[in-house]
Amino acid sequence: MASYSTNEFRGGLKVLLDGDPCIILENEFVKPGKGQAFNRVKLRNLMTNRQWERTFKSGESLEAADVIDQEMEYLYTDGEFWHFMKTDGSFEQFPADAKAVGDALKWLKEQDVYTVTLYNGAPLTVSPPNFVELEVVDTDPGMKGDTAQGGTKPATLSTGAVVNVPLFITIGEVLKVDTRSGEYVNRVKNS
Amino acid sequence: MIDSLQWRPSTSQAVLKSRAQQLAWVRGFFAQRNVMEVETPVLGRHGVTDINIDSVSANPASIGAHPAGGWLQTSPEYHMKRMLAAGSGPIYQIARVFRDGEFGRRHNPEFSLLEWYRPGFTDVDLMEEVSELVCGWLGCEPPRTMDYRDAFLRFAGIDPFLAGKDELSERCEQWMESSQLDGFSRDDYLDLLMSYQVEPALADVGPVFVTGYPESQAALARVSEQSGVRQAHRFELYVGGVELCNGYWELTDPDEQRRRFEADNQARRRVGKLEMPIDQAFMAALDSGVPDCSGVALGLDRLLMLKLGLDELAGVIAFPADRC
Repeated sequence: MASYSTNEFRGGLKVLLDGDPCIILENEFVKPGKGQAFNRVKLRNLMTNRQWERTFKSGESLEAADVIDQEMEYLYTDGEFWHFMKTDGSFEQFPADAKAVGDALKWLKEQDVYTVTLYNGAPLTVSPPNFVELEVVDTDPGMKGDTAQGGTKPATLSTGAVVNVPLFITIGEVLKVDTRSGEYVNRVKNS
Repeated sequence: MIDSLQWRPSTSQAVLKSRAQQLAWVRGFFAQRNVMEVETPVLGRHGVTDINIDSVSANPASIGAHPAGGWLQTSPEYHMKRMLAAGSGPIYQIARVFRDGEFGRRHNPEFSLLEWYRPGFTDVDLMEEVSELVCGWLGCEPPRTMDYRDAFLRFAGIDPFLAGKDELSERCEQWMESSQLDGFSRDDYLDLLMSYQVEPALADVGPVFVTGYPESQAALARVSEQSGVRQAHRFELYVGGVELCNGYWELTDPDEQRRRFEADNQARRRVGKLEMPIDQAFMAALDSGVPDCSGVALGLDRLLMLKLGLDELAGVIAFPADRC
């Protein structure tokens, strides 16, 4: 595997640090007067999602991590794994475990496309798109006249996610939801 | 892929104008003091031996009658000292210089260096003139002077001259793994502490000259014994925590200079860096006699950054390295 020297470090580069794949967030070059130069680097550990700050002597290098992002369609779950398929026509499938699926679980809808991050060829994380459209399967009946008050109520979506929605939303409607905040955006017209 | 807007200068028209005004102001400053403006080669036959400065190699088919190979100059120092040895009197230069691998918020591999030499001046005399130039332009209060040793004692709580290697190493473990610190030289530790503890604290004390560096960091400055330790007659000016210049009461002893160059190359060999041939024309100038003088190199891009209250060189360099 290739390695990167500190002067190649830039945001987005994936490297191995203490055996874990990490993504470089920031790289600051510091050098006192005529002295030794250092690189102060912020990284996110892709295994733990924890942020690290580490310093390197300029010229030190880190091994590249075999980490790539792939668009994949979610197929089904067998209870232990969630199966994804490449969208490039190769039909190649990848089983992701619960750890890789993580919080994306509550947004997983069959046939929708997700970003699967592969580490050494196996799913490391699954990221949902910023917005998903899901059907309401359970919520209290709408209350008349309350629309102007801006009140909300919980609604359960087809994936099991629970979001706060305006009072006029009814079972069977399809909602657009922001996966980053978990917030309701709007109703989607069914034509 | 090149962003379609990347052809543009990263600076505004107003900044370009300030840069031109700064150049005019600097030239006026030296004209008033009868310091002569000179020019020396950007592409020279020699690089520098300094272990922390990497020269950019140039690869022309030949330079004049000499064999192929050359280096973009990291500072006009050697050529200017050859002028001094030939009797130039006080001289200054606004030079473009190059340092390989130096790129960040406050570094660009190519930058503008104002370098000047004052025969008959001590380091203290020259600090006075630096203060007039910098504060005259920035409108700041005159810098105070702080010993390197006092700055470390005050801001890092450690004596840079007397602390043992174990103590230095222990202090540095908050930023680097002990495995990374293996093979660190004493100066490596001090440089890390300087960058992470002392320099950030200097941002809050107003303009300040740091003086009296350890002998191992003398570079081309003369050294004398003060307060029981060997200290270099070297000074750096910090304004708002930004290192602006580096000056020396110049070493003019050729034998001592030769020893330092050789020690540099030994250190280079130890860490696997390319050894740099010693510039024999510079050595011959020292042998023939460079007058007793002080000299200083000041980063004009950083000076402009401070003048405009900016935080990054990208705000004052029209085409920084990622856009050039």
